[in-house]
Amino acid sequence: MLYRSHVMVCGGTGCTSSDSDKVAERFTEEIKKAGLDKEVLVVRTGCFGLCELGPVVVVYPEGVFYSRVKPDYVPEIVEEHLLKGRPVKKYLYGESVTEREIKPLEETPFFRKQKRIALRNCGIINPEDIREAIAFDGYKALAKVLTQMTPKEVIDEVKKSGLRGRGGGGFPTGVKWEFAYNQKETPKYVVCNADEGDPGAFMDRSILEGDPHSVLEAMAIAGYAIGANHGYIYVRAEYPLAVKRLKIAIEQAREYGLLGKDIFGTGFDFDIEIRLGAGAFVCGEETALLNSVMGRRGEPRPRPPFPAVKGVWDKPTIINNVETFANIPPIILNGAEWFSSIGTEKSKGTKVFALTGKVNNTGLIEVPMGTTLREIIYEIGGGIPNGKKFKAAQTGGPSGGCIPAEHLDTPIDYDSLINVGSMMGSGGLVVMDEDTCMVNVAKFFLEFTVDESCGKCAPCRIGTRRMLEVLDKITSGKGEEGDIERLEELAKTIKATALCGLGQTAPNPVLSTIRYFRDEYEAHIKEKRCPAGVCQALLRFYIAPDKCKGCGICAKNCPVNAISGKTKEPYVIDQDKCIKCGTCIEKCPFGAIYKK
Amino acid sequence: METLCRKFGEEKVERFKKALEELKNIPGSLIAIMNEAQEIFGYLPIEVQLYISKEMNVPLTEIFGIATFYSRFTLKPSGKYKINLCMGTACYVRGAAMVLEKIKEKLGIQVGETTPDGKFSLEPTRCLGACGLAPVMMINGEVFGRLTPDDVDEILSKFE
Repeated sequence: MLYRSHVMVCGGTGCTSSDSDKVAERFTEEIKKAGLDKEVLVVRTGCFGLCELGPVVVVYPEGVFYSRVKPDYVPEIVEEHLLKGRPVKKYLYGESVTEREIKPLEETPFFRKQKRIALRNCGIINPEDIREAIAFDGYKALAKVLTQMTPKEVIDEVKKSGLRGRGGGGFPTGVKWEFAYNQKETPKYVVCNADEGDPGAFMDRSILEGDPHSVLEAMAIAGYAIGANHGYIYVRAEYPLAVKRLKIAIEQAREYGLLGKDIFGTGFDFDIEIRLGAGAFVCGEETALLNSVMGRRGEPRPRPPFPAVKGVWDKPTIINNVETFANIPPIILNGAEWFSSIGTEKSKGTKVFALTGKVNNTGLIEVPMGTTLREIIYEIGGGIPNGKKFKAAQTGGPSGGCIPAEHLDTPIDYDSLINVGSMMGSGGLVVMDEDTCMVNVAKFFLEFTVDESCGKCAPCRIGTRRMLEVLDKITSGKGEEGDIERLEELAKTIKATALCGLGQTAPNPVLSTIRYFRDEYEAHIKEKRCPAGVCQALLRFYIAPDKCKGCGICAKNCPVNAISGKTKEPYVIDQDKCIKCGTCIEKCPFGAIYKK
Repeated sequence: METLCRKFGEEKVERFKKALEELKNIPGSLIAIMNEAQEIFGYLPIEVQLYISKEMNVPLTEIFGIATFYSRFTLKPSGKYKINLCMGTACYVRGAAMVLEKIKEKLGIQVGETTPDGKFSLEPTRCLGACGLAPVMMINGEVFGRLTPDDVDEILSKFE
């Protein structure tokens, strides 16, 4: 059936968390009430990317963009826009409305600089209906591969495209496939790493939720290329919506004969099984992931042998990340040359980032490699909220580092990020402003790694804990001369001796913050001062004499009697007695107490 | 088996038995089975681990090893309302730590503990994937976003 209008309601996790379900229901209801249900179709799509403005609704064919839609807005939108053809300006995304016209989504600053390859179908198709995926070229690349290409040709195409692993390491995908292809032993396996554990990263999840078929298709292509008939998707149990949509997608693909036996009548068999993770960050490391797929403790093991030689059940296995897979079908369809024309010399194509933290447009973006941090943060991200100053961007999660303002114009690719002391990682990009304490950030990440260290090797298990203790000391005002050097020495040893990627990269956040923000460390240690005003133990509380009315409420509530004064005259805090609990700030009716 | 029924009621045990039968013969399905058990019983007491060990013919040490390795598995029951405060980087940068302090103070429990009346348990998680709404927490599946410490009282009172 053909419809004159489509109402796309974002069904990604961000928008679902802000009640997009109710918005979609209300649309269906109101459209029916208006008698438009034969003309207008409501579609639940995957993530549009602008999570900050959720729930997001886009109406096609105009492509106009409603943001932060509440169920109560719906009747008016249906009545005015869908019935009478007049978009309701006041609910539209502000950036898309000018005096004279309403711009479609693609022309807003948030989308203009983006190029969507991996996310091509997110926000456009209904992920729970395979027919929509097929209508947008889903499984066409698989058909091409099976009917027109030899496995070797597929591998050569992927190699030529220059695609590198999007999970963080950046290993050339085609080379990985070739290793597995050259193995004599059978059966072989294809594994999709969807154990996205980086805090603040949700790229893989959004692809699985918004376009699961692209991953299934690519896994089948990989299977054909290396000679495997079985695939595993290892996905976090914490992603219930992604798991649900994957299950639906696999079932529908089987029904349509796009997975299973004799695909497209070519005699090629391929099927996929879902394996749920149970919450362990280290399982993103490939050898640990293999153990977990086999139902064991997710501990890594030394390499070699590499998974391409001995992987699942000790058989040749390739492991690729979700985003890497999502890039495969377009490469096959449009050719390696098209793909390698995008990006920089050594990093081809695009990269998806989860842009979060202190930035106006939080969300999911995809940009060509070589885009600068400044473009991402200020143009796409819309800058820092409340007029604050940019301090650093953190990439690569707990394995990465912080990039300071002086490197804002670095074009982002695998190698340039390593040069500035960070790394690409899986795509988390957290923006920090002047209110963020860099020592505290380093501590935050180390707490994470200490927590997630599997405990198998001593450098990681013990070393990261020692580092955390030093950071704890510094942030609680007990730092001593020599602590920075101690941190650096520990970091060097851990990097050189830890068993797997988790341990080897764990010191990075500390090293990069020391490299760029050494003065902050020194202020904590020598002056016992936290320049950003974050570390509680280093703060001092003061009463502003001009604002204080002398009511005495603070003194009454202070648990250690550190505040004294006369009624109707400004009170004073005794710094020696103050335990920095913050009660006085909470209780002061005039906002006269501040911390510094 | 009998002790299990006594502890959890026959309906739950039957449901788990069915899930176990379905998964049992798939190679490497131990974690999936334990996920089912965690889901059905709410935690993995020793009786459940013993039962899985017997049915799967896997040593109890291995089951225990897995149960203590992955953060999703718990050996103790959690409260009626599970508070999952996101401690991901985005939430951290936008002040999740202050919200955490407030919850701890309000409920009088530490991270990983349950209130004495069995009502709330506090289990921070790493990223719920709703970074646009940071800081975020989830209570029994319901998501609350853009939190400040001042919101805590009102939200928790909904679950009294």
